[in-house]
Amino acid sequence: MPVNNLLIKTLKNRIMESLKENQETSPKETDILDSRLQRRAFLQYAGAGAAVMALVAAGCKKDRSPDMSFGGVTLDFKDDVGVLNYAYALEQLEAAFYIKVASAPPAGFTQAQKNYFQDVQFHEIAHREFFKKALGTASIGSLDVDFSSIDFTSATSVLATAKTFEDLGVAAYNGAGARLKTPANLVIAGQIVSVEARHAAWVRDQISNGSFADLASLTALGASVSGGLDAALTPDKVLAAAKPFIKTKINVINL
Amino acid sequence: MNIVNILEEIEKVDGEIYERLNPRRQAMKDFFNVGKKISLAAMPLALGSMFNKAYGQTTLPAAVVDVLNFALSLEYLEFHYYNHALLGTDVTFTYPGASKAAITVIRDHEKAHVDLLKGALGASARAEITYAMTDFTVGGAFPVYSSYPTFLAVAQGFEDTGVRAYKGQAGALMVSPGILQTALQIHSVEARHAAHIRQMRTTPEGGNVAVKPWVSLGAAGQANDSGVPALDLVYAGEDSTMQATVSIPPLTGAPTANDGQKKAAVESFDEVLAKAKVVEIANLFLRTGFKL
Repeated sequence: MPVNNLLIKTLKNRIMESLKENQETSPKETDILDSRLQRRAFLQYAGAGAAVMALVAAGCKKDRSPDMSFGGVTLDFKDDVGVLNYAYALEQLEAAFYIKVASAPPAGFTQAQKNYFQDVQFHEIAHREFFKKALGTASIGSLDVDFSSIDFTSATSVLATAKTFEDLGVAAYNGAGARLKTPANLVIAGQIVSVEARHAAWVRDQISNGSFADLASLTALGASVSGGLDAALTPDKVLAAAKPFIKTKINVINL
Repeated sequence: MNIVNILEEIEKVDGEIYERLNPRRQAMKDFFNVGKKISLAAMPLALGSMFNKAYGQTTLPAAVVDVLNFALSLEYLEFHYYNHALLGTDVTFTYPGASKAAITVIRDHEKAHVDLLKGALGASARAEITYAMTDFTVGGAFPVYSSYPTFLAVAQGFEDTGVRAYKGQAGALMVSPGILQTALQIHSVEARHAAHIRQMRTTPEGGNVAVKPWVSLGAAGQANDSGVPALDLVYAGEDSTMQATVSIPPLTGAPTANDGQKKAAVESFDEVLAKAKVVEIANLFLRTGFKL
């Protein structure tokens, strides 16, 4: 029955292809009922006008495909719960780092640095515990961290990592604030991000006094010197930067 | 240079770019038709004209205009405060060490914020606030340009007020995600300034003031940690230990003696300040006839 086999095989392939297409299409683009996105797609791809521009555009299209594999935790950005869990994940990372530093500070730390790392430790624990309590059963749970790349005996290594985490934290909150739909959640995010910015400024001054708001050094994180604007990054970029420090696999959907 | 990234970049600062472009169907149609004929090198110009058509005739929501003008007023005040400290001929204190460079960085950011907000508001921007309309000494009470420690104390008040003010207005900007993000990006820069000014106050020249880079509890347990009672208005409510419905204490590991738990909770979250309170503070520094 070669004909039947062929038919079945073709049908199978078609189903597989259609499944694959569905998987490869990002949630944002599948939401074709959203007229705004239709418009967006139209403007971006048809709207390029000149054929040559359209080709360049297609070549530079950013990959928005979510990771659909199983395991780890999933951040679903369809609503505020996803955004708050995203913040919870980052606060867990920061808290774990500062707890480790505060428990055994590098020998090169001054007394003032030891004291302030204690302070920052409590701030990050407060943020972590706030999200844990606020999210309740909707929380993603605890993440496993990987700090194998950090030399906790070296003041230089610890300060550099703290700077990375704080600047990234600022960029994360600034880049995710507008995704929040409930004003109260936006207020909370605002209340936390300014504290992270204070941390970032202080840590930067420890490394190089006067670099507290060196926006030129933050342009890769979305800062603008001419606008006097701090860092802001989309969650996918923040999570990619945080990935080396987090063992737990984080899946992102509906971004 | 490609249109996908250009539109995405604009979307970051203006969430409504696609909505803005859409009603201007004719502008888009013209643009596409032109696009077929023009060379790659001419694309940026053609894009500029498309965006002019998209933005030129659309207006920001009234609530957004209000918030941006309010922010613009505060940025004018901050800019003049630092700019005069750098250029004013009546400034008698001297800048120790790297402090002048730091004040210059902050002044430049405030100027950038003024320009950015003016640009975003366009014809809806409020009238300019000039230095002549201000009185940063508040009738001689604060010798801000003859005493370096006083200059820093009031600067701390300005920056911490700015942080609280932007936070308080964020909700009103949710209708314009792009503008909201820009406001958040200004907000955290003000927080960085505040942290540095606070550190400057701890130096011998700055007055050896015991302030932390973050807003803590005052020495006697009061909300104002600046050591300057005249700044009580700026810190009213900063001693909150409840966030939403969650009590921040008990915090594992934080000391229980000497208000340790409360200090840690207060430091962990900066507080919002209502617009009316911010206006009250700003008006201290504006002369009669120019108050908000």
